[in-house]
Amino acid sequence: MSHPTKASGNFFTQDGKGISPLRLIRNGLLTGLCISLSLLTLLPLFSIVMLVVRNGLPLISPSLFTELPPPPGLEGGGFANAIIGTVIMVGIALMLAIPLGILAAIHITEYAPASLLSKCVRLVAKLLNGIPSIICGVFAFAAIVMTMHGFSAFAGGVALSILILPTILLTAEQALLDVPNAYREASLGLGATPFQTIFRIVLPDALPTIMTGVMLAVARAAGETAPVLFTALFSANWIHSIMEPTASLSVLIYNFAALPFDYQVKMAWSASLILVTLVTVTNVLAQIFFRPKHR
Amino acid sequence: MTSLNHTTLQTRNLSMNRPFLAAALIASSALPNLGAATAITGSGATFPAPLYQRWASDFKKVNADVMVNYQSIGSGAGVTQFLQGVTDFGASDTAMKDEEISHARQNAVMIPATAGSIVLAYNVPGVQTGLKLSRTAYIGILVGGITKWNDPAIAKANPGVNLPAVPITVISRSDGSGTTAVFTGHCAEVSAEFKEKVGSGKAVTWPVGVAGKGNEGVTALIKQTPGAIGYVEYGFAAYNNLAMAALENKAQNFISPSIESCAATLASVKLPGDLRAFILDPEGSNDYPVVTFTWVLVKKTYGDAAKAAGVKAFVTYGLTTGQAAAPQLGYVTLPPEVVTKAMAALEAVK
Amino acid sequence: MTLGEKSITTRLGGPANRPYRPRADLFRAACWIASALTVALLVFILGEILCKAWPAITKFGLGFLSGVQWSPNRGVFGVLPVLIGTAASSLLALLFALPLGLAIAIFLSENFLPRPVRQFIRFMVELLAAIPSVVYGLWGIFIVVPLVQQYGAVLADKLGFLPLFAGPTYGNSLLTASLVLALMVLPTITAISRNSLVAVPPTLREVSYALGATRWETILGVILPTAAPGIVASTILSFGRAMGETMAVAMLIGNSQRLSWSLLSPSNTLSALLANQFAEAEGIQISALMYAALVLVIMTLAVNIAGDAVLRRTQRSLVGLK
Repeated sequence: MSHPTKASGNFFTQDGKGISPLRLIRNGLLTGLCISLSLLTLLPLFSIVMLVVRNGLPLISPSLFTELPPPPGLEGGGFANAIIGTVIMVGIALMLAIPLGILAAIHITEYAPASLLSKCVRLVAKLLNGIPSIICGVFAFAAIVMTMHGFSAFAGGVALSILILPTILLTAEQALLDVPNAYREASLGLGATPFQTIFRIVLPDALPTIMTGVMLAVARAAGETAPVLFTALFSANWIHSIMEPTASLSVLIYNFAALPFDYQVKMAWSASLILVTLVTVTNVLAQIFFRPKHR
Repeated sequence: MTSLNHTTLQTRNLSMNRPFLAAALIASSALPNLGAATAITGSGATFPAPLYQRWASDFKKVNADVMVNYQSIGSGAGVTQFLQGVTDFGASDTAMKDEEISHARQNAVMIPATAGSIVLAYNVPGVQTGLKLSRTAYIGILVGGITKWNDPAIAKANPGVNLPAVPITVISRSDGSGTTAVFTGHCAEVSAEFKEKVGSGKAVTWPVGVAGKGNEGVTALIKQTPGAIGYVEYGFAAYNNLAMAALENKAQNFISPSIESCAATLASVKLPGDLRAFILDPEGSNDYPVVTFTWVLVKKTYGDAAKAAGVKAFVTYGLTTGQAAAPQLGYVTLPPEVVTKAMAALEAVK
Repeated sequence: MTLGEKSITTRLGGPANRPYRPRADLFRAACWIASALTVALLVFILGEILCKAWPAITKFGLGFLSGVQWSPNRGVFGVLPVLIGTAASSLLALLFALPLGLAIAIFLSENFLPRPVRQFIRFMVELLAAIPSVVYGLWGIFIVVPLVQQYGAVLADKLGFLPLFAGPTYGNSLLTASLVLALMVLPTITAISRNSLVAVPPTLREVSYALGATRWETILGVILPTAAPGIVASTILSFGRAMGETMAVAMLIGNSQRLSWSLLSPSNTLSALLANQFAEAEGIQISALMYAALVLVIMTLAVNIAGDAVLRRTQRSLVGLK
């Protein structure tokens, strides 16, 4: 990434007279334009953050995290069940997607990088990555809700797992590819089996980057509404089983912002604030703690 | 569409509290002892969802043994789930078609649980309140024939009101909904032109305007758009302080939407034996024209005695004590005779 | 990202004749099964949607794609206006996002400002990707809709002679949805464009400077053309992302299935249609919505395959340069 950093004024043309002022002005103008366009992007971001903080902050209190949502038209209470629901569904999604994604990544990088199956997996992962999130919901609705006759946290978790599988698989693949081949050669040269090499050498080295992928997946899954809207639905009660309709923060935002009652709308904003904070913190942690090693 | 029941009754001044208190007392003393906790799930119409959820929450306080969970997933899905046996009770507004009813009737009872009205809310600069719309005017606006607020067809019913020359923006629902079904059902009943151009149903194609998702989407659009008019449930309009137009009814009177004028309409409806009546164009002289019942569906026989008792207790609660919560949330309290009929129908549940 | 043929031998294929190791073999089998499941998943998703859409496909055929009316109450289903809305909103979003994304990508890959500032901006842009779609929708309703309404009227007044601005103006319109979509796809455009800018071999830049070019002459004359395929790929992939966005669009686009030239009139997209009508749909309407979902999936898959192909060709061509 390193390149000459001298200001452009230091350059000289062949006759040694320096660059014409017109070219310098054009250069400066474009630099200014580029910087201002980049800073311009921050404007809507700040506007979004400001709006969420201003509307969400007033209602933040401990009871928000410990109590059930109030029935329509009444005030008080919180959305503890929605927080638990989100955690459970993201947990289910991770339990399904992490083994599948990492094992598949090991297959396509370590065992059979050139096989037809591996080529298919790479293509499919990229395609799944591009599938609209609402399609994950539609699929889980058709495949699970309709066959099992009921909305459930399980169906929501499955929909989310489809959403995050490509993120986990593709980061894991990249993490494994980033492990220098010399490590593998050294391990095999010392007499380790491929299995030992994967478990003792390759995976430990790739783990931090794989974790980054998992964190990003968590952030993505927690914020999605479309996949859980028709699968987990919502519930005003505590969760008793993963086979029953379950509340989540994102659906709470969607539902409560739609009610005519002031208090519920404020709760939607507070939930937005918590969700945005959660997602931001996860992203920051992923960036700070898990830097790629071999770059 | 379906069978309708027009009945003219002279409207009475309903004093609702007394019969309800009495009914509530009888009901609460009759509540069976339910023993261990029973979970009851219901799903269906989004229109009455806030009220049912409120009932579920309040019911938990008086009867800790029964846990009711109501999910608003839409009438169609609610009826399907109920028929499949996924849920213990269903909820439906207009969604039940005749064939569904006959299919469901072997083991289902439809019980009216609450009622509501749909209003035309508007945002006309300079006209804060009191807009009157004749049938020609509102149908003309909805089919795109009338495009400016100072159109003579509107001005005729509003002498002395300074109507601006602002273009009209019609706001409708983008999602399928019972609200749309009831509203278009009324419009198609009163106007052949509307029936031909738009038709009726849960999702229709509107010839003009923008569409918002849900009552809240429509409400937001009306608030944002000068010159807007759109149909929303009464509760939403009331809570958001939207101006609501007085509509011309069949008796050619202009009636403002309110809990009272809707109650007048309900009082003039005669419920048939199956308790299913669609009020497309009520005839009473003080009836607000766009009013609908909404029903819960319960099974005639539940395999589980605790479930049967739980469902019965919950619906009984809703029909009695729960009716008091209806006006707070923008719904209309059921007339006493409807409650009596509903309670009688509930008796059949075992 | 794909593995070069040379490195395959050093991966852990292992010799053919080796002792039987149950644990290792089991693990290897598990990896194979996971791969197969991943592929099966996509097939299953497509199959499931196709199955549910089949009644509508046989009933409406290809006329579904050219029909202009979507009236569930009459059993008439056509998605042409929705298809146009999907394409128009996504293209318009790209039109707004591309210059911005490119500017940020250049900003991030050059050294106009100190490294911490660049990293801050980069983080901020990545944060845009992390904000839930519903929150974008709420923000759009409160901030963008009033702006479009106010300035849309001015636009229509001044430029009303163009069909793009003719007719009545609405706050919830194609333009509003596109503006918010632009913001939502910005991180994708920026990240991929930046990667392809950074991947340009430094020697090219040095040669350009040595020949006396200014920084911007180098950027515009050497670096951007070299990175162009990657930028094209980023645009295509962002297009796919924009088509699939659901919640924010459903809240902002006005949800009207009417054909109109105006950017200031309401429109609709496939994903918004699904979000709006799935809950209360019944009978053939469910099937028609599944058909629409199938069309959406095929469109996004096609766009993604195209974007991926361009991206891979870029990587190969850059390898040649190095």
